[in-house]
Amino acid sequence: MAFEYKRLNKTTKIILTLLLIAGCIVLTYMLDKGIIGTSYTVRIVRISVIYALIGVSMNLVNGFTGVFSLGQAGFMAIGAYTVGVLTIPLASRPNVYYLVPISEKIQDLVMPFGVALIIGGIFAAIFAALIGTPVLRLKSDYLAIATLGFSEIVRAIIANNQMWPITNGSLGLKSIPTFPSLFIPVIISTVGIAFMVLLIKSSYGRAFKAIREDEVAAEAMGINLFKHKGLSFIISAFFAGVGGGLLAAHLTAIDSNQFKIMVTYELLLIIVLGGLGSVTGTVLSSFMICSGKELLRWFDLPHSIGTWKIPIFRPGLRMVIFSLLLMTVVLFWRRGLMGRKEFSWDGIYNFLRRWPWRVRRLIRGDYSKKQEEVTPNA
Amino acid sequence: MHDNNGMKNNVLKMENTSMQFGGVLALNNLNLDVYEGEIVGLIGPNGAGKTTAFNVVTGVYPPTNGAVYLDREILVENYPQGKMKELYSGESKGKYTVAKVLTPDRITKLRVARTFQNIRLFKDLTVYENVLIAQHVKQKSNWLFASLMMNHKEEKAMREEAMRLLEILDLVDVKEKTASSLPYGQQRHIEIARALATDPKLLLLDEPAAGMNPQESDELMHFIGRIRKDFGLSILMIEHHMQVVMGICERIYVLDYGKLIAEGSPKEIQSNKKVIEAYLGVDD
Ligand SMILES: Nc1ncnc2c1ncn2[C@@H]1O[C@H](COP(=O)(O)OP(=O)(O)O)[C@@H](O)[C@H]1O
Ligand SMILES: [Mg+2]
Repeated sequence: MAFEYKRLNKTTKIILTLLLIAGCIVLTYMLDKGIIGTSYTVRIVRISVIYALIGVSMNLVNGFTGVFSLGQAGFMAIGAYTVGVLTIPLASRPNVYYLVPISEKIQDLVMPFGVALIIGGIFAAIFAALIGTPVLRLKSDYLAIATLGFSEIVRAIIANNQMWPITNGSLGLKSIPTFPSLFIPVIISTVGIAFMVLLIKSSYGRAFKAIREDEVAAEAMGINLFKHKGLSFIISAFFAGVGGGLLAAHLTAIDSNQFKIMVTYELLLIIVLGGLGSVTGTVLSSFMICSGKELLRWFDLPHSIGTWKIPIFRPGLRMVIFSLLLMTVVLFWRRGLMGRKEFSWDGIYNFLRRWPWRVRRLIRGDYSKKQEEVTPNA
Repeated sequence: MHDNNGMKNNVLKMENTSMQFGGVLALNNLNLDVYEGEIVGLIGPNGAGKTTAFNVVTGVYPPTNGAVYLDREILVENYPQGKMKELYSGESKGKYTVAKVLTPDRITKLRVARTFQNIRLFKDLTVYENVLIAQHVKQKSNWLFASLMMNHKEEKAMREEAMRLLEILDLVDVKEKTASSLPYGQQRHIEIARALATDPKLLLLDEPAAGMNPQESDELMHFIGRIRKDFGLSILMIEHHMQVVMGICERIYVLDYGKLIAEGSPKEIQSNKKVIEAYLGVDD
């Protein structure tokens, strides 16, 4: 009585996919119009889709190309500040730059959100291209440290005295216009992620995977390591920049402290939990972690049993629990939710079918047959 | 037999090639030729420098001294520089003054392909993907075009070519299998298939029969003979199985401690005193 892996037929899959897309659109619409959820739910969904985009961009380099880069927060900062500086309405500028006036060169420069977002992405990509030349020649651990360093340098430059007329230094930026609708971040993230999926599926994506699997063999297959690592790194930085820009609009107020290394670690947690080398895993875990972090806020509040105030519940406990969860995942669930697999209807179908089959086997006490479980390798 | 080699095209020429790692002279002044259509053997005890010779030809390391020619054109050339100026203990010192080094991917594009002593397949990818990746060499469109699927003709051609290769090499049955899930002998075949997918004219095989039983290595021998004909290859092969080397190679080079100690037909090599000495006490 082996488990038989069955495939759904094509029409069923197309219908299911269309239903899923329609479901997402309806859900977004209902959240946007306040038919379901609160403004708090909308915030969580917004941050989740933004982190999904940045998470996938990080996975492109770390999970698909096998380059251990920890510079995402720096690229996000570049995108966020570009969008911030370019979109704050003229009328609000004197209020924002109240200590040091805004530089004359940019004081009248206001751009539509979409344009600013793309410029932010391009700036991040240019920065990646500049640091890529020295950094990508390093081996894994050194590369991680170097990218982490560059990401901190970005933060230091933003807060630097000479940058005040542009970045407003340690005061940060505020009055950044937010999204008129939830559809904006959802659509932009979806398009960004879809682009990266297509890239991964192309011949270039296969070359990235080859590098991840074995650099020496990849090079022997005629793949230029430096060129392909650079490509992956720059495209990743572009989307991290775009994600940072979305974040600026989401938060409406930013300062350089929001782009500390902790942000990169959170993203690392997202891609490790989702599965290094899985796009759908990243999206899934982005939602899990972004909403999980909010749910865990409960631990930061004081709680009492009767009149006794439980001493451990105080601000900060949330992060302790968060870190414990991270360690648990890394220790016991090394490949994350999805490993390198992607979501597929066949996968879900057989996952669901397998449960009754497992229960039946358990009832019969038929443990020995475990070996017979067959999964095709596709 | 090799008297008329002078008429044939000299596909690979290693000229006074030396490779020194720190104080270890892994390869000392190797002179080796492969002529068009030949299968040439490179043998010698463990640590003799055979794999190092491959690594020099494929650009993994630039040689410390000497030159390598592909079709009579300079592929790599180097002379002792920096610390090596003092340290270099090989021959032909001062003979070379040019430093020309290519990365392995460039050399692959010049139609030199190789396999590795310890199989280096893309383990977690399928057999099909392994072969398909090798088609990337021919990719003309840039990443933006490729991502936006504006190159589907090219993509289709790459997929068809990979499929065609799997068909020729009888690997269609396992095409969706993960490379690492297959038996060792088959992995060796797949590695050769992947090398062929880069469309080489010179193929370097590093111990292709390692770990195979006599029957498997017999099959491999026929396989190598067949691909030489079908793909118009010249082959340089490192091998320990004497049955394979003697059965298939037209000429053999013997290395010991980085130095060439003999060169000739299988018959000549078998009766060569120096070779027998080098192998004495070395159990195969
Ligand atoms: N990258 C390297 N660094 C230092 N020594 C090396 C390196 N590669 C090979 N060697 C040394 O060169 C010698 C020849 O090695 P190799 O070419 O692998 O031998 P073979 O393939 O004939 O068994 C050995 O002594 C080995 O230790
Ligand atoms: Mg060797």
